[in-house]
Amino acid sequence: MKTILVAEFREGKLRAEYSQLIAFAQQQQAEAVMFLVGNPSELPKFNGPLYLADAGRFGEYNPAVHKQLLLDVIAKEQPAQIVFLHSSYGWDLAPRIAVALKAAQVSEVVAVDNGLPVVPACNAKLRRIIKPTTPQSVLTIQAGAFGLDDEPSGTPNVIAVETETVGTVQCTGYEAAKIEGVDLTKAEVIVSAGRGVGKPENVAMVQALAKALGGEYGASRPVVDAGWVDHNRQVGTTGSTVTPKLYVACGISGAIQHLAGMKKSDFIVAINTDKDAPIGEVANVLVVADLKQFLPVLTEKLNAR
Amino acid sequence: MNILICIKQVPDMESKFKINGEGTWYDRADLAWRMNEYDEYAVEQAVRLKEQVKDADLTVLCIGPDQVTETMKKALAMGCDRGVHIADADSAKREPVEIAAMIAGFAKEKNFDMIFTGMQSQDRGSAQVGVMVAELLGIPAVTTIVDFVYDNGAIQVKRELEGGSKAVVTATTPVLLTCQLGLNTPRYPTLPNIMKAKKKELLTMAPDTGGTGSRQEIASCSFPEKKGGGLVLEGDVAELADKLIQLLKEKTTVLA
Ligand SMILES: Cc1cc2nc3c(=O)[nH]c(=O)nc-3n(C[C@H](O)[C@H](O)[C@H](O)COP(=O)(O)OP(=O)(O)OC[C@H]3O[C@@H](n4cnc5c(N)ncnc54)[C@H](O)[C@@H]3O)c2cc1C
Ligand SMILES: Nc1ncnc2c1ncn2[C@@H]1O[C@H](COP(=O)(O)O)[C@@H](O)[C@H]1O
Repeated sequence: MKTILVAEFREGKLRAEYSQLIAFAQQQQAEAVMFLVGNPSELPKFNGPLYLADAGRFGEYNPAVHKQLLLDVIAKEQPAQIVFLHSSYGWDLAPRIAVALKAAQVSEVVAVDNGLPVVPACNAKLRRIIKPTTPQSVLTIQAGAFGLDDEPSGTPNVIAVETETVGTVQCTGYEAAKIEGVDLTKAEVIVSAGRGVGKPENVAMVQALAKALGGEYGASRPVVDAGWVDHNRQVGTTGSTVTPKLYVACGISGAIQHLAGMKKSDFIVAINTDKDAPIGEVANVLVVADLKQFLPVLTEKLNAR
Repeated sequence: MNILICIKQVPDMESKFKINGEGTWYDRADLAWRMNEYDEYAVEQAVRLKEQVKDADLTVLCIGPDQVTETMKKALAMGCDRGVHIADADSAKREPVEIAAMIAGFAKEKNFDMIFTGMQSQDRGSAQVGVMVAELLGIPAVTTIVDFVYDNGAIQVKRELEGGSKAVVTATTPVLLTCQLGLNTPRYPTLPNIMKAKKKELLTMAPDTGGTGSRQEIASCSFPEKKGGGLVLEGDVAELADKLIQLLKEKTTVLA
């Protein structure tokens, strides 16, 4: 099955996640070609044709232009699948391609079951198997769902592409994530507050437990968005990726973007009123309890030791 | 300024889900419903824009069965001027491009200067509908915005990227923006505004995809296999705390 893999380039760098696209193609035994708006000085390690447009000329984020570049390659290659990462680049470009091709689009593929893409729903509480009914399909794959055993290798056969299309929006620069203050990536114990803490005053319970365990406190995104905890303490895809010896998730459901930031911790404890919360999938211990009752008791017992 | 906001009604994600009879999606019975979290940011941003420019008209659109009008009332109470309900009892069976086609069909020729959507819905999470609406209308779209500034026709947004950095993007109207969590702080409707919302116009329309048909089928919907062999502890909090401390002593070095 002919497959186009769409690699990514940002802030002057090739994004290493392209290896996940290769892993997906290998698993499907697909005949893969790659597409990239990037830079000839930094090529993906890949054995096969690479359609390469120059990011210096066509921009790193320039949807209308990238769409046209990719559609031209699709017209030439006639692939059965066009595969993106489910990322800020992928979920932005993929629907544009799907509309142009009148092709089925399946988002956030986590596995392939008998040739059909599997996707999560309802915060990973459900999964669905989708059957595209169009000759071509557009897929975005979930970050981390497909991986290579070894580092990617090979040298692509570069085919330069270009277009006269002009953009409709303009990316004028980047703003780095603020990382001053605490560095959670160095903490050995992290106790994180999720939306389940209910109100800002209750963050203190999480801080107290972190202190009793000699660690740092962190948070899931809604707690940061609400301004209860600083962004430099956010764990997840748009925060820090942490690997402490102990991670305690208090009132955190376990959305994929949070899990991506903490699932490699050595030991994971979750405290949640919902026995079915997806955090249970990665937790070594799930304590089914109201954190408002449980945390003070646990902290007191730890402090009394 | 003429502004459209698309919202979806979704179940509370803490619900105990059951699979429906056809085995294709969740059963709708016994669920608590609310506005898709991402769409609350979309509504809030539109209301703030109106407060800024004064001369703006906000239409909130929702596709779904009759019960979605409850969620639409919240958007009206937050400050939208009128509601358009596309009454489609089967909206859950529609795929993103069909939903997008219905929205684009409505928006076509209405010359919206700006369209706000959520970046994704919480139940389906496809992150497709917004961008597809823009493509079908032939207008630019910028996704995943966490910052929005409007100044005399010029729009500057920040797109959130992996790792928490942001891309600064400029655009002009017409444009569609998909809103990410944290874009603003959505307001709670006040009681007087809830009362006022009851008198606002709420138009009902029949679903029309303008000929856009299905491009995919749902082969099955199921609960994921439980892989995590983690221990589940339940019971009295004091006993739970003792058990957990014991486990931490045995399995980790942090209490050494
Ligand atoms: C592109 C993108 C990037 C994202 N990046 C991140 C990121 O970096 N980090 C991140 O965390 N999220 C991120 N998110 C958001 C993510 O999808 C979830 O919305 C978020 O992680 C949910 O946070 P939560 O678990 O605290 O809240 P919820 O999902 O609302 O869960 C709250 C949990 O608390 C439990 N609970 C409620 N009351 C109690 C109580 N009294 N005691 C115990 N438990 C209780 C509930 O059962 C529930 O499981 C991102 C989303 C997107 C789309
Ligand atoms: N039934 C619907 N009615 C109105 N807007 C919708 C509907 N479904 C999705 N949307 C909009 O499209 C966005 C993305 O949804 P999705 O593609 O399902 O992830 C949502 O945040 C809404 O703004």
